[in-house]
Amino acid sequence: MEKEQFYYDNKIVKLFLYATVLWGVVGMLVGLLLAFLFVFPNLTEGISWLSFGRLRPLHTNAVIFAFVGNGFYMGMYYSMQRLLKTRMFSDTLSKIHFWGWQAIIVAAALTLPLGITSSKEYAELEWPIDLAVVFIWVVMGINMIGTILKRRQRHIYVAIWFYIATLVTVAVLYIFNNLELPISLTKSYSIYAGVQDALIQWWYGHNAVAFFLTTPFLGLMYYFVPKAANRPVYSYRLSIIHFWSLIFIYIWAGPHHLLYTALPEWAQNLGTVFSVMLIFPSWGGMINGLLTLRGAWDKVKESPMLKFFVVAITGYGMATFEGPMLSFKNLNAIAHYTDWIIAHVHVGALAWNGFMVSGIVYWLVERLFKTELYSKSLANTHFWLGTLGIIFYALPMYVAGFTQAEMWKQFNPDGTLVYGNFLETVTQIIPLYALRAVGGTLYLTGFVLLVINVWKTVAKGSEVEDELAEAMPLKPISSARQNGEGFHTWLERRSVLFTILTTVAILIGGLIEIVPMFLVESNVQKISSVKPYTPLELEGRDIYIREGCNNCHSQMIRPFRSEVERYGEYSKAGEFVYDKPFLWGSKRTGPDLHRIGGKYNDNWHFNHMYDPQSTSPGSIMPRYPWLIEDDLNISKTEDKMAAMVNLGVPYSQFEYDNALYILKNQAAVIEQNLRQDPEFVKNYGNSDIQDKEIVALIAYLQRLGTDIKAQNE
Amino acid sequence: MLKFIKHNLYGIDNVELYPMISLLIFFGVFVGMFVYVAKMPKPYIEDISQLPLEDDSINNEEKL
Repeated sequence: MEKEQFYYDNKIVKLFLYATVLWGVVGMLVGLLLAFLFVFPNLTEGISWLSFGRLRPLHTNAVIFAFVGNGFYMGMYYSMQRLLKTRMFSDTLSKIHFWGWQAIIVAAALTLPLGITSSKEYAELEWPIDLAVVFIWVVMGINMIGTILKRRQRHIYVAIWFYIATLVTVAVLYIFNNLELPISLTKSYSIYAGVQDALIQWWYGHNAVAFFLTTPFLGLMYYFVPKAANRPVYSYRLSIIHFWSLIFIYIWAGPHHLLYTALPEWAQNLGTVFSVMLIFPSWGGMINGLLTLRGAWDKVKESPMLKFFVVAITGYGMATFEGPMLSFKNLNAIAHYTDWIIAHVHVGALAWNGFMVSGIVYWLVERLFKTELYSKSLANTHFWLGTLGIIFYALPMYVAGFTQAEMWKQFNPDGTLVYGNFLETVTQIIPLYALRAVGGTLYLTGFVLLVINVWKTVAKGSEVEDELAEAMPLKPISSARQNGEGFHTWLERRSVLFTILTTVAILIGGLIEIVPMFLVESNVQKISSVKPYTPLELEGRDIYIREGCNNCHSQMIRPFRSEVERYGEYSKAGEFVYDKPFLWGSKRTGPDLHRIGGKYNDNWHFNHMYDPQSTSPGSIMPRYPWLIEDDLNISKTEDKMAAMVNLGVPYSQFEYDNALYILKNQAAVIEQNLRQDPEFVKNYGNSDIQDKEIVALIAYLQRLGTDIKAQNE
Repeated sequence: MLKFIKHNLYGIDNVELYPMISLLIFFGVFVGMFVYVAKMPKPYIEDISQLPLEDDSINNEEKL
């Protein structure tokens, strides 16, 4: 049989490379701005779309989906074509994938700062963008499977299995976590409530880390590390075990994000057990990656790409050791809600994802432009700046997290809290936040060197958009070969069946976790005094979501003496049955708010939202002057209530028919309360504060956590 | 671990089978995987792990 000639599509790889670099800079810049906001909280004062709560989701989405996402596609399009010895299935689909994904990123970058968000972490995008994500994902999937079907290489290398697992699992997770009932183009409510919503969110959140940040990059590791080291992977058998055990176990571990919350205990324990088991496949993979360099360590000294890979894989090992440790309840009790978690995820993001991408970019730019890298020493400088940046980022955050957690838990001999004012535990760690900003600056500076290096390399190279290659076409399989071959060898030829088996493996864990939540009534005990939000509170809650308050404030008091003493009665699952979406939060930059209702008077909230530093000197919370200036939009209130009724919230016919009347009455009462303060009358006496957004937010905050008090009385 | 989950699942029929089924699935998956991996022929393993290092592009040798 004769060899066939064909062309590899390098252009699509190049496009994704440019996008990776561009969004990397953008995502990291936003991150750096956020880091500086901890130290200079008034930096973006008065600009609503640059306030912390709105920018934080922009940072996470930009880094995860724009930087890391494009980085994965870049490596995937390069390696798939070569491992399968064929051009991608369809150039058109490749283009739709590329431009569609960039359009989604732009849409995210516009909507998130405008406060258009569903509030669920890493799934903040509103439903029209969600639909676009699903469409583009399917386009990519067709292109991938199509390429596999027209391959010239019989067996599918392990890297591609990891790509398939990514494709399938992200699709399943993304769809289930984003099931929402739309109210308008820019607003929707989660169909799940409270505990269920939390469980599904963290089943998604955990596995977004697993299948968007981990499996695709393990695939890239299995291709690019052998390539750069010019030797095969240490153990191919180990890579098979790595693959199946990783995807099988990962999916069960989601509930470790919800330890000590109102989530039923069995689900919490399931999460812990599986998280601990996860060490084994993760470290199997890490060892496999590092040992691929056996006998090639001299090359690591020479090649900046390999240096990046070594630190990346080491970072992967560190993060995947730390993850299971953090899911032990006693360690989680310290780390959760603190900057420890921020340190943990940034070891993953900066070292594992960031350095893998950097190494691959350097390696690819030489191949795509058929020239040597513009400057090796510049790449080495990037490597050292980046490594220093990671250290300067992670270490201060570990110390900050531990310090703050210890301060939260310290008691005086008489049983009162030593640091009864939450703010004291924040001002204590501001110097560490400053150090973190230094770390971030170093890392970004290094990345800018990459941009320069890529720029210069592209300028001196000559681009080959379609690279000529030749390979033998697939031969029909002789029956002699089929006799005696192993199951996995057989399986690898059947890409569709393989995909289905992968799906089954990930679904088992997901179903076992989630189905009992739906089936067993007793998992969420009803509390009779818990009532739906009033129309004004509902609008206030949507403002809370729009401003991203949940990025810094939890609404989940854990059953610890220190938390009950500080915040009040610990949170019960039954209190969240009308919370669509749930707003438990995952980080306490400010105090928990679940029992904030009734703690302060309306004036305190008014003054605090206008200028937090006036009521709480030293506060790093942004000011929200626009809440006092802007009128509350009540044109959608009735639609929102109708949507809630559709989702099973028991509003009475009277409440539903008189929604606006009830809303205005409650607002008028709050204005009356505010007018009891002479200062308020002096400054705002002539304006109709009852029509402003602030009133709705105050109504919501004053309601929080109070239903259960009614029961106690 | 069972003591944590039992009381939540009273309502399900034959609930005592669930942990047994889970264990069997788990055990089965891993044992099966190890057996097949151990049985894979060595030449095949060597072949496939060379895949990333194969280079079929024609104009590569003149550059780089």
